[in-house]
Amino acid sequence: MLEWLSKMEHTKPLALVIFVVVFVGILLYVFTGKKRSKRLESYKNIPFLDDESAGESGGEQKDKGSQDG
Amino acid sequence: MAHPAAATTQYNYDIIKKFAVMALVWGLLGMSAGTYIAAELAFPFLNFDIAEITFGRLRPVHTTLVIFGFGGSALFATSYYVVQRTSQARLASDMMANLTFWGWQLSVLVGVIGYMNGISEGKEYAEFPWYVDLLITVTWVLYFLVFVLTLRRRSQPHIYVANWFYLAFILATAILHIFRNLSVPVGLFNTTSYSLYSGVQDAMVQWWYGHNAVGFFLTAAFLGMMYYFVPKQAGRPIYSYRLSIIHFWALAFMYMWVGGHHLHWTALPDWTSSLAAAFSILLLLPSWGGMINGIMTLSGAWEKLRTDPIMLFLITSLSFYGMSTFEGPMMSLKSVNALSHYTDWTIGHVHSGALGWVAMISFGSFYHLIPRLWETRLYSVRLVYVHFWLATIGIVLYIASMWVSGIGQGLMLRAFDDYGNLAYTFIESVVFMHWPLVVRMIGGMFFVSGVVVMAFNVLMTVRMAKIEQAALEAKIAAKLAKAGV
Repeated sequence: MLEWLSKMEHTKPLALVIFVVVFVGILLYVFTGKKRSKRLESYKNIPFLDDESAGESGGEQKDKGSQDG
Repeated sequence: MAHPAAATTQYNYDIIKKFAVMALVWGLLGMSAGTYIAAELAFPFLNFDIAEITFGRLRPVHTTLVIFGFGGSALFATSYYVVQRTSQARLASDMMANLTFWGWQLSVLVGVIGYMNGISEGKEYAEFPWYVDLLITVTWVLYFLVFVLTLRRRSQPHIYVANWFYLAFILATAILHIFRNLSVPVGLFNTTSYSLYSGVQDAMVQWWYGHNAVGFFLTAAFLGMMYYFVPKQAGRPIYSYRLSIIHFWALAFMYMWVGGHHLHWTALPDWTSSLAAAFSILLLLPSWGGMINGIMTLSGAWEKLRTDPIMLFLITSLSFYGMSTFEGPMMSLKSVNALSHYTDWTIGHVHSGALGWVAMISFGSFYHLIPRLWETRLYSVRLVYVHFWLATIGIVLYIASMWVSGIGQGLMLRAFDDYGNLAYTFIESVVFMHWPLVVRMIGGMFFVSGVVVMAFNVLMTVRMAKIEQAALEAKIAAKLAKAGV
């Protein structure tokens, strides 16, 4: 087995298969299942969870104005 | 107040302020050095026969100051901010965070002073001598510990995706730094060391390092910045969180393979550089996926681009990210590379990414960040607009002139006459490049002027914050005195 793995013509396609399978697995995991999709999408709100006021979020600079308006 | 006062005490903002200020200082120095060496290429008398300021010595000063000084400090600052805000936890260790600050600043300072005095390992973007490499290694381990230990203290069950990008950057940079710099010093008090690699292996390791420095230091980490600051400034969450997950894993998987495209038509085995080119083309998909994810965050609120100059910086940076991640794969094709390599086209491509993407996203993030760190508002929004236009005009002049110079140079150097002789002499190509090089220098001047405007705006913002703070304290003291406390 080790000898088989030591040959580049074996390890290259093997590595390709492993990586493709893992990547397709990630794709399937991320884009299937309604509940899971909903849970994953809910994480997008994390940056806003420690806001203590609505004014904390973007556009605030404009709303509050500046010295030269 | 732009920021809840509780946040400034709950989180360690002191370290972020220090890194942010140093990012601007290094950025100003590094971009000025870059403009000067651009002027040297157009007008060689500017070398003045002074060894310390010749192109060969100032070029690593420029790249080190802008990549590690400006970019690195900006990443330390924003990563410490993002990890605290998204974990709702204070940094794990103030002392360790302070050590990362001093370790990083000292490394950059010792490095650039050495370059001007001829002390360099001569490896592009890894010119630091062995003793600075060791200091960087220690600093980086501390950085990793601070970041991971802070994540472990998070009050959220999930780690927000921006932190994934930052963590990938920290881990990948550690691997790249260690393996690129494996060398044996000549002596304990000698600045010279010998690399463990030689010949084509050395070239291969160099571009594995070099391109992944672009991939993980200058892309993944700044994407971390994007995934936090674009939603925050837009006031709406990222367009698709699931797309950000795919973006992350696809980048992490593919970037490590592409370094070989820097070595087309060399002694490197043909299959290696072809594989690198194939992965470079594949990279277009996640890169554009990420760009679309960032830009579409503004979906339904496009008017912000008319009213918010910070948003303008952030979205324009994403557009440049899309442009340069299209141009890069195209240049990695062997046929295109045969024309573009060893010409100014490469320099133009690098700067469309470095100025358009890296610097612009950093400026946008800093304009969002700095008022919050000092609990105030920006001194002048109008100056942000001025900065934006100076930067954008500068980049356009830079890239366009380098396209003209590079493509012209490439075509001239491989043109043959009817008898199979070279159609142009080398010096004819140099003469052709003169005016594009002058325009590039002017583009650089525009860009640096923008940074000067930003530095002034930041300085005045901090000053204003201190005046406001003093006034507030005086008011409280007067009230307490009045109440007879």
